[in-house]
Amino acid sequence: MNAAVRTDAPRQGASLGTSSTERAVGLERPIEDSRQLDTRHGVILYLEDITVSFDGFKAINHLNLAIDRGELRAIIGPNGAGKTTMMDVITGKTRPTAGRAFFGQTIDLARLNEAQIAHAGIGRKFQKPTVFEELTVFENLELAMKTDKRVWASLFFRLTGEARARIEARLELIGLKEHAQRAAGLLSHGQKQWLEIGMLLMQEPQLLLLDEPAAGMTDEETERSGELFLTLAGEYTLVVVEHDMDFIKQISAGRRVTCLHEGSVLAEGSLEQVQNNERVIEVYLGR
Amino acid sequence: MNKTLTARLFGPKAWAALLVFAAVTLVMVPVLNLAVPADSAFHLSTYWVTLIGKIMCYAIVALAMDLVWGYTGILSLGHGIFFALGGYGMGMYLMRAIGREGNYQSDLPDFMVFLNWKTLPWYWQGTEHFLWALALVVLVPGLLAFVFGYFAFRSRIKGVYFSIITQALTYAAMLLFFRNETGFGGNNGFTDFKRILGFAITAPETRVVLFGLTATALMGALLLGRFIVTSKLGRVLAAIRDAESRVMFSGYNPLPYKLFIWTLSAVLCAIAGALYVPQVGIINPGEMSPANSIEIAIWTAVGGRGTLIGPLIGAGLINGVKSWFTVAFPEYWLYFLGLIFILVTLWLPRGVVGQLQSWFSKKEKRA
Repeated sequence: MNAAVRTDAPRQGASLGTSSTERAVGLERPIEDSRQLDTRHGVILYLEDITVSFDGFKAINHLNLAIDRGELRAIIGPNGAGKTTMMDVITGKTRPTAGRAFFGQTIDLARLNEAQIAHAGIGRKFQKPTVFEELTVFENLELAMKTDKRVWASLFFRLTGEARARIEARLELIGLKEHAQRAAGLLSHGQKQWLEIGMLLMQEPQLLLLDEPAAGMTDEETERSGELFLTLAGEYTLVVVEHDMDFIKQISAGRRVTCLHEGSVLAEGSLEQVQNNERVIEVYLGR
Repeated sequence: MNKTLTARLFGPKAWAALLVFAAVTLVMVPVLNLAVPADSAFHLSTYWVTLIGKIMCYAIVALAMDLVWGYTGILSLGHGIFFALGGYGMGMYLMRAIGREGNYQSDLPDFMVFLNWKTLPWYWQGTEHFLWALALVVLVPGLLAFVFGYFAFRSRIKGVYFSIITQALTYAAMLLFFRNETGFGGNNGFTDFKRILGFAITAPETRVVLFGLTATALMGALLLGRFIVTSKLGRVLAAIRDAESRVMFSGYNPLPYKLFIWTLSAVLCAIAGALYVPQVGIINPGEMSPANSIEIAIWTAVGGRGTLIGPLIGAGLINGVKSWFTVAFPEYWLYFLGLIFILVTLWLPRGVVGQLQSWFSKKEKRA
């Protein structure tokens, strides 16, 4: 009965002032297209000296980060380190107070709104799984599929055989083939998380941001998620924010890990280097 | 294949019901009213034709409400304004069509003579042409909805805040139309219509034609609504209702989607209003009162949100009960309406049709 008063899903941070309402929200079609993404130097995402301040509190403080194309980067850090705010900045939910964010060499993320950024090729998975509960699993993937997303195109949209095959391939990948015709609201927590990842993949993104994808999962589900991410790395670029150290260990073997603290990078390197870093130990264990 | 949304829109039974409805409204009612002699037991009086015609206009409004509230999650408590504006558009034509047969035998509508106006205000120009009046019926409420919706949705106003603003909008319009200087007949509005397109407006034949047009408009609105909610656009709307931020991060801009369904809904209301006025014979600012708009939401909730067919049933049920109740116990109607709303909210949260659907699907599972 509360459909009438239902407001938006979580808007952490954004409620503190830098609301995204000031962004361009016109009727124009999203201009950027992921095929034109320029990653000549191998870097897909640059954050340059980003600061986000909410009424003087610096959620992000002179943050610098560069992610290479095809990388699977785990980001760890204690609560309040600015991990979610960083994702908000990248996806256009929050505007940085200072600094610049670039997608590839040329796309300035500060100029785009959420829908345009999604179109440009950045997909985001929220902490809490958000899927369209009243629609079926199949319909969820269908809606997420990369296609013309303007009103008239949607009104006269017909599913082609090729698109159906793509959806079914994704269903297979995320292990929800038998559940295709179930309402997404009836899935288990872990299944919803995978569905959401499947939805992200339907958009053919270049970069996937995953906010605590293993949270609330059983050990078995967590391990399957880890395998899924390892399959995706290379073809896609993944940035994973996570607390679960077993999970981090599983996905970061031979890869770089970044530790954030108080809105900036505290340490970066292999998981071992980061774990043995004195400042990291200090932050995690208290001084 | 898409079970959750489209399977029940509609099964073979519903299509059969629609055919029966078409046969009853377009063939049976005209025959029973016009061809069967008045003293026969099978005669359908013009009172009933008008009453059912009026309720069908309300049903179109309830359907329009379902598109924005049931399917998109936008609760408007000001939909009466679009209905009334459509009615006023048609009313302007009907006033001009009176010609010199008014009490003052003037070319101007009576209320203007009464106000001592010598010429028609600019916005009345051309309203003697039926087609221009029809254009006004669609364009004025459509444009108002578009502009209002654009600013409201662009500012991401939702939920109760949006509902309150729509309520304020219709209230402000009501106050504006109450003023004589606004040029729409003040609190008396428009009435005493004589003819439409040359036909006497109270003649049974005219009534039956208007009735048939209303039934056709209702079926057209239902089929259009079905086309929309079963399209991918309909699924995007449901997605906006359930998780708007996910919709944005999936690459959709919700603004044009909301604006599309909102404006379409307003235009449907306006068409209903334009059909209502010649049948009922009066339009006044009371139609813009907040209570009327709230009642629209109640029809939709009682019938079942997000079912398309439910709101039609809800509008029929509530107005059927209302026309009896307001004669039997006129003072208690609003209390009774409030009671119905509370009971439905508590025990039938998905409305009459939603409840029936879940019974049937349980039965199917058992079978």
